[in-house]
Amino acid sequence: MGTPLYSIPGPGAPTPESPAGAGQAAASGAAAARVPGAGEAHTVGEVLAQSQAAQVLDELDRELVGLAPIKARIRDIAALLVIDKLRANLGIQAQAPSLHMSFTGNPGTGKTTVALRMAQILHRLGYVRRGHLVAVTRDDLVGQYIGHTAPKTREVLKRAMGGVLFIDEAYYLYRPENERDYGQEAIEILLQVMENQRDDLVVILAGYKDRMETFFRSNPGLSSRIAHHLDFPDYAPADLLSIADKLLTQQNYRFAPGARATFAEYLAHRIRQPHFANARSVRNALDRARLRQASRLFAEVERRFTAEDLTTIESADIRASRVFQAAAASPQP
Amino acid sequence: MMTNPVRKITQGQFSFLPELTDAEIALQIQYGLDRGYAWSIEYTDDPHPRNTFWEMFGMPMFDLKDAAGVLAEVNSCRQTFPQHYIRLVAFDATRGIESIGMSFIVNRPAKEPGFGLIRQELHGRTMRYTVHSYASGRPEGERGGN
Repeated sequence: MGTPLYSIPGPGAPTPESPAGAGQAAASGAAAARVPGAGEAHTVGEVLAQSQAAQVLDELDRELVGLAPIKARIRDIAALLVIDKLRANLGIQAQAPSLHMSFTGNPGTGKTTVALRMAQILHRLGYVRRGHLVAVTRDDLVGQYIGHTAPKTREVLKRAMGGVLFIDEAYYLYRPENERDYGQEAIEILLQVMENQRDDLVVILAGYKDRMETFFRSNPGLSSRIAHHLDFPDYAPADLLSIADKLLTQQNYRFAPGARATFAEYLAHRIRQPHFANARSVRNALDRARLRQASRLFAEVERRFTAEDLTTIESADIRASRVFQAAAASPQP
Repeated sequence: MMTNPVRKITQGQFSFLPELTDAEIALQIQYGLDRGYAWSIEYTDDPHPRNTFWEMFGMPMFDLKDAAGVLAEVNSCRQTFPQHYIRLVAFDATRGIESIGMSFIVNRPAKEPGFGLIRQELHGRTMRYTVHSYASGRPEGERGGN
């Protein structure tokens, strides 16, 4: 064959023979193109400057309300990856940590949002190569007839390579009441890839806490291959209120004086009602308030509106909610 | 075959170069993915140059972001057909192109018997020529290797 007349560009090409650190090598190669002297970082600050992970962490702190335990864990993971990079620069070998995670928590506690951020952070730190998020549910993984499941699951896994695979409502994968259910097949393929191609993708399973616990009890192999079990707490009323503030600012609305207090009152009632979905309920409530604001303005045919009129949500817009009527009908003891 | 300096079948890209390593294949795949191509894997045991329609291994792979997925599929095809020719084909869906953008061989049988030239004498002194692949002289399953 002779010596090759060509060479691979970049200092470190990903070698499938030694998958440990392949992603890091590729990413440090990419970083080398952007920042001169990358790969020679010897302080945490240098690594952070090269990866711009600090920005993502700050954004996470700023834009996501509450979730203190989750943020702490993400910081820990980021710290580990930074230190690993410093070790790698000094030639100290270590196996890439397993970063498969499970997110448990009630509806609307920010599981999907955090998963999306996680993909960005891991990409900036060079743990995953592309940093995209593939969000799937049971339907995308499990087939409808014999021999359908394996190709379907493999295709999803291939799409998620180099990024994060987010399996929402993961407990639906396993249906104990039907022993011929194809979900088990999907789980087995998933396990195999989670173990063998740990550097190619990160799997995040999400679902409600109690059902995920049952799911993991019946699939101990899956549970033990997940290093990080993160539990998303419910938001405190004050957190929900500041989420409302952020949502309104994003859409260029604001509360009229007094409307914020009314909304706090609304939340206090809403939390006690069934099917409360944390941030999602807040967003829905605000959407409905916008509808009422629109029809209130719509009624004034002749009036010339100022920008302030169009962006202000009045106390009455919130007060008209059914939640208040229900609360009035059955007063709290 | 004697006129072929690399003594192996030369079809598609890179076929005059030494065999690509998996790392090099991954780089080529990534190049294609970055340009929005959809990769698919094809195999055959009849490498005749006019045999353009090879069997497809699995489905074409759309919406992939990273080469690892394609490479895993290549390796599973190599496991299934170790003594076949396997090539990677990239489909470019750009309007007006809608055709193959890249294509190169990633697996070959251990022994490549090559081709023979068959001469057919016709009326007068007319000659007709055709190329015959030695491999396809043997029944399926015995071509290539051994």
